[in-house]
Amino acid sequence: MLRYTVRRLIQLLGVVLVLSLLVFAWLRALPGGPASALLGDRGTDESRAALEKQLGLDQPVFVQYFKFLGRALTGNFGNSTGVQPGDSVVDIFVQRFPATIELSVFAIILAVIVGIPLGYVAAKRRGTWFDNLSVGGSLIGVAVPVFFLAFVLKEVLASKLGLPSVGRQDAIGATRVTGFFVLDGILTQEWDAAWNALKHLFLPAIALATIPFAVIFRITRAAVLDVMDEDYVRTAEAKGLTAQIVRTRHVLRNAMLPVVTTIGLQIGALLAGAVLTEKVFAFSGVGEALALGFERRDYPVLQMLIMVAAVVYVVVNLLVDLSYALIDPRIRTR
Amino acid sequence: MALLEVRDLTVEFQRKGEKSFTAVDRVSFDVEPGQTVGLVGESGCGKSVTSLAIMGLLPKRGAKVSGSVMFEGEDLLSLSDKQLRDKRGRDLGMVFQDPLSSLNPVIPIGLQVTEVLERHQGLSRKAAMVEAADLLDKVGIPDPKRRLTEYPHQLSGGMRQRALIAIALACRPRLLIADEPTTALDVTIQAQILTLLKGLVQDLGTALVMITHDLGVVAGLCDEVNVLYGGRVVEKAQRHELFGEPRHPYTHGLLASIPRLDAPRGERLNPIQGSVADNIPWDHACAFAPRCPNALDICREQTPVQEDLGGGRLLRCHNPVQPEVPQEVSA
Amino acid sequence: MAIGSAKKERIDSLAESSADDSGVSLAASAWKRLRRSPVFLFGSFIIVAFVIVAIIAPWIAPHDPSARDLADQVIKARNEIPKPQPGYPLGGDLQGRDFLSRLLVGAQQTLLVGVFATVIGLIGGLALGTLAGAFGGWVDSLVMRIVDVMLSIPQLLLAFGIGALFAKPNLFTVILAVSIVQIPVFARLLRGSMLAQRESDHVLAATSLGVKHGSIVFRHMLPNSLGPVIVQSTLVLATSIIDAAALSFLGLGNPDDRIPEWGQMLGGAQTVIDTHPQLAFWPAGCIIAIALGFTLVGESLRDALDPKNRR
Repeated sequence: MLRYTVRRLIQLLGVVLVLSLLVFAWLRALPGGPASALLGDRGTDESRAALEKQLGLDQPVFVQYFKFLGRALTGNFGNSTGVQPGDSVVDIFVQRFPATIELSVFAIILAVIVGIPLGYVAAKRRGTWFDNLSVGGSLIGVAVPVFFLAFVLKEVLASKLGLPSVGRQDAIGATRVTGFFVLDGILTQEWDAAWNALKHLFLPAIALATIPFAVIFRITRAAVLDVMDEDYVRTAEAKGLTAQIVRTRHVLRNAMLPVVTTIGLQIGALLAGAVLTEKVFAFSGVGEALALGFERRDYPVLQMLIMVAAVVYVVVNLLVDLSYALIDPRIRTR
Repeated sequence: MALLEVRDLTVEFQRKGEKSFTAVDRVSFDVEPGQTVGLVGESGCGKSVTSLAIMGLLPKRGAKVSGSVMFEGEDLLSLSDKQLRDKRGRDLGMVFQDPLSSLNPVIPIGLQVTEVLERHQGLSRKAAMVEAADLLDKVGIPDPKRRLTEYPHQLSGGMRQRALIAIALACRPRLLIADEPTTALDVTIQAQILTLLKGLVQDLGTALVMITHDLGVVAGLCDEVNVLYGGRVVEKAQRHELFGEPRHPYTHGLLASIPRLDAPRGERLNPIQGSVADNIPWDHACAFAPRCPNALDICREQTPVQEDLGGGRLLRCHNPVQPEVPQEVSA
Repeated sequence: MAIGSAKKERIDSLAESSADDSGVSLAASAWKRLRRSPVFLFGSFIIVAFVIVAIIAPWIAPHDPSARDLADQVIKARNEIPKPQPGYPLGGDLQGRDFLSRLLVGAQQTLLVGVFATVIGLIGGLALGTLAGAFGGWVDSLVMRIVDVMLSIPQLLLAFGIGALFAKPNLFTVILAVSIVQIPVFARLLRGSMLAQRESDHVLAATSLGVKHGSIVFRHMLPNSLGPVIVQSTLVLATSIIDAAALSFLGLGNPDDRIPEWGQMLGGAQTVIDTHPQLAFWPAGCIIAIALGFTLVGESLRDALDPKNRR
């Protein structure tokens, strides 16, 4: 197990390095030249040339890349020019990241809680109206653009359900411990603060959860259908085991293998969705920062956030990989 | 009353928009306690489906099962799901063909054995594990205690099948159905498994229904043999009668097609002409007629009726093979 | 590595269906199943309906979509736009243009964006896939590594990233951004399909008969890849249209709105969605409908081509 983890970590490092290369190339390709990445629009031709010299942009590309890596590893990403002008990009990230995590966690939980049981039942009742309806529903869920759904929820449901439609929390003087507002409220026992934060999470999480839900549902359904036909399920039935045991120990345990991988994949896809959803709900997470960064061409912000987004995504997949190995003994003992 | 009395068992498969297909067509046979009965036939003759129907393991949708399967006086086909689940594993055991795919890949072998014991005998996990080690030992798996925590992919094919046999016999069922248990194994292992099976059912007094296409398996194991073709029983006889004096042309063909070690070099093989795809329906003819060397006109016009030839011998044929001079048969 | 592997698995299993060797023609049995599938029929109906609308739009649209006929009814100060009136059943948009006409004609541009993005993605993927397959060795490994990394980045983020590379976005940049994201998908699909077929009987037979390699690729393997390619293309069509809309939403889309396009219309309506929701809802509805149509067709095609479903 340990050897497996180490192997995976090395692979992870490899992918992160490739990603950093891509990000570096991307930055240099951004309109305005790499100096813009640090100066933004405010740079004049002179200051840009001076900065380019200072940054060593007249040096060979791979030297520049290593310097870029060095800066990245020491946390120097410059200051925001458009999203939160003047603020250090690292500060912006630290401020906003917990919000996106809260939102993503909530969204994934929703998607899993609804998607997996629904997928199981749909598989069991394959071909019935229930099955067709839920599959149809999931297909529609994928066809609806996330930001539009977010709009609809915000405009239509927010007032009807008495839920807030913007921001993360009303100004109620809540204490900030970890930056995860719901958790903070629970830790400090400021229940109304926690509840308030939760209310703000609700609609954005539903919007964000739609696509992961659709995919998790479809994959669960397909996996359960596959597993139900397997010989070992027939053996379990031949043993006269209770329907419950057959369902949990034999069908679901095996069906969960591809589902777990899918969940990891979806967490990554959530990042993209978060950009759109947070913008609609003015939810102050990194997604909103990215969205505004794209809009206002705030390159310092973009540079760091894209890099981090990629790393987070890869790390999540590593975790999923590991849990897969935990579940499936065939991988462990190879 | 026999342990198992199958009467007019019929299984029809229906797929959306297609004609229904009768896989098993009014099959009847008996199994006495402790007896070993063989169900023999080519692939597609319905023998596996018969066994699944007896155990109630056919999918509920798409398969229509009729007739009766009396097990110890109760009709299995009329039992509820819960009642069936009580009987399966405890009174009725089954071993399947492919040992790797028949085992759950993600839980240890030990658990797959103990779950039967826990379910039907109410044992605790600890007690069941002790019993499981003992069972694995009985089926000839070396170092059984270590095996309990291993996973199916860590065992060889032969060991997996032994484990499955242990699982099927764990609660000492009165009837064991073995569906081609050795077909997926190496030839050398096949003999071992069959010997094991034979010894176990003798010790436990379990009746065995052996399903196979391999007459060699039948010869070594079964007291009584039913030959199936196209979903119907075409011949039934005691072992020595079937091998010594096969009456149905199909049985005769099957035996004649076995290559003999002492045949002269260059002697051609004797397959049965045609294939299962050449079958015609039983409705107004004999299904085997297109491939039968003894076929008469009546064979293509009238369904042959099952005749009782006395001494437990049944035959369904218009023009059976006549008794020859008895040959040497190596069993 | 399992990074993005679920997605890769879906592509790979789709690719494998092109290596199906069994006797009955895959296309024939697939078609038989499709004809009866309500999902496929419904989806095709939607697609055909939209394509027809796109073709005849210039003739059935009551007005010129870029003509600001009702400009005088737009009052910025009071945030009023032209209401539905005789001759203008859906009213006007923020610039006083006939909304219905823009919707109808918008079908053209939207479908074009989807089709172009898909075609470019397909051609790019084909080129990459054959490059990797043809040269093999380290070229293959290198190309597929890059493809895998690209596949592991969430598609939309990648599209955003590419869209941001252009100082002055226009229609072309949008199509480019959306299509580049699809190239790795097609590359992996085609390479997987080629790989699966290389082992198959008919290719082995052709090779042993001395048929030239290039001929084998073009006349035997590519036609068999058609099935998975069609499935993927329909799904890609759906996502390209949605991705293009997302780009507009972030301001990375085509700012020139003389020729209407639904994604652009939707993105442009976001600032006034609470006061004039219809400006967003109608284009969104159209996008949802067409995306649904393509998705339904793609998914039913995928099921039909799945060798496991064959009898």
